[in-house]
Amino acid sequence: MFDLFAGVAVIASLLVIAQRNPIYSVLLLIASFGALSGLYVLLDAPFVAVIQIIVYAGAIMVLFLFVVMLLNAPHEMTEEDIEHPLAIVRSGATRLGGLLALALVVELVWALTRHGGESGVFGNAAVSSVAAIGRLLFTEYAFPFEVTSLLILVAMVSAVILARREGGPDAAPAGLAEPDLSRAPAGTEGDR
Amino acid sequence: MPTLNDYLVLSAVLFAIGTAGVFVRKNLITILLSIEIMLNAVNLTFVAFGRALGAADGQIIVFFVMTVAAAEAAVGLAIVIALYRHRESLNPDSFTVLKW
Repeated sequence: MFDLFAGVAVIASLLVIAQRNPIYSVLLLIASFGALSGLYVLLDAPFVAVIQIIVYAGAIMVLFLFVVMLLNAPHEMTEEDIEHPLAIVRSGATRLGGLLALALVVELVWALTRHGGESGVFGNAAVSSVAAIGRLLFTEYAFPFEVTSLLILVAMVSAVILARREGGPDAAPAGLAEPDLSRAPAGTEGDR
Repeated sequence: MPTLNDYLVLSAVLFAIGTAGVFVRKNLITILLSIEIMLNAVNLTFVAFGRALGAADGQIIVFFVMTVAAAEAAVGLAIVIALYRHRESLNPDSFTVLKW
């Protein structure tokens, strides 16, 4: 079961990188997240498995899909891509990036398998009922939990400000950072 | 029966795939997707270690990581939309100046 989920996760993630069309990338990443959710179930973490599906596959990926369709961007297709579909044989920085990633995976796998099987099988203690997580979240981790809500509020406001069309009637500055954000685009609006 | 090491190796492979995506791809949306892959690899590590140590704290950290990932996706995609409006391009090579 582990092999199945791990294989699906790795292959889907590789295809995310290999795809030219961003829509296929997003859909494949949802498949990868589904496999990861199965792995969480195998790890006795049903809460994480469920929020992986609901929050990641359900909310974040739909946001990505929405943006991809909103932008309606053409596929990235440079001459270099057509000549060399494999990243390693391309020129310059791209080849360096591919080699770096390859070195990273070799190094990590080597470091993890060097000991050879002495770190072992999981014990039987399954502590992670949803009730236990909730109790911990609202007692010991209550302050980080509240900070999280503030973080989401800030992210929401900034997303609205950043993605707003400039020069509208509601372009009144309301903070310290905001005049810079709204002035620079306004200049290009006039240049156009 | 998979051991802790199996999960860690899988997590390392996923993280490297995400890194390769950030380095190799020339599309801002695919780069953001690669960052999501990396965050998920780290999440898998947290859950696996939490299971191995018999504590629920790993899953709580995963909860916080997911929150940060959601905020990052929202802000990042808003920036991508703003950039695309100016340059009609998603190639990071066309955004080489901070001001224009």
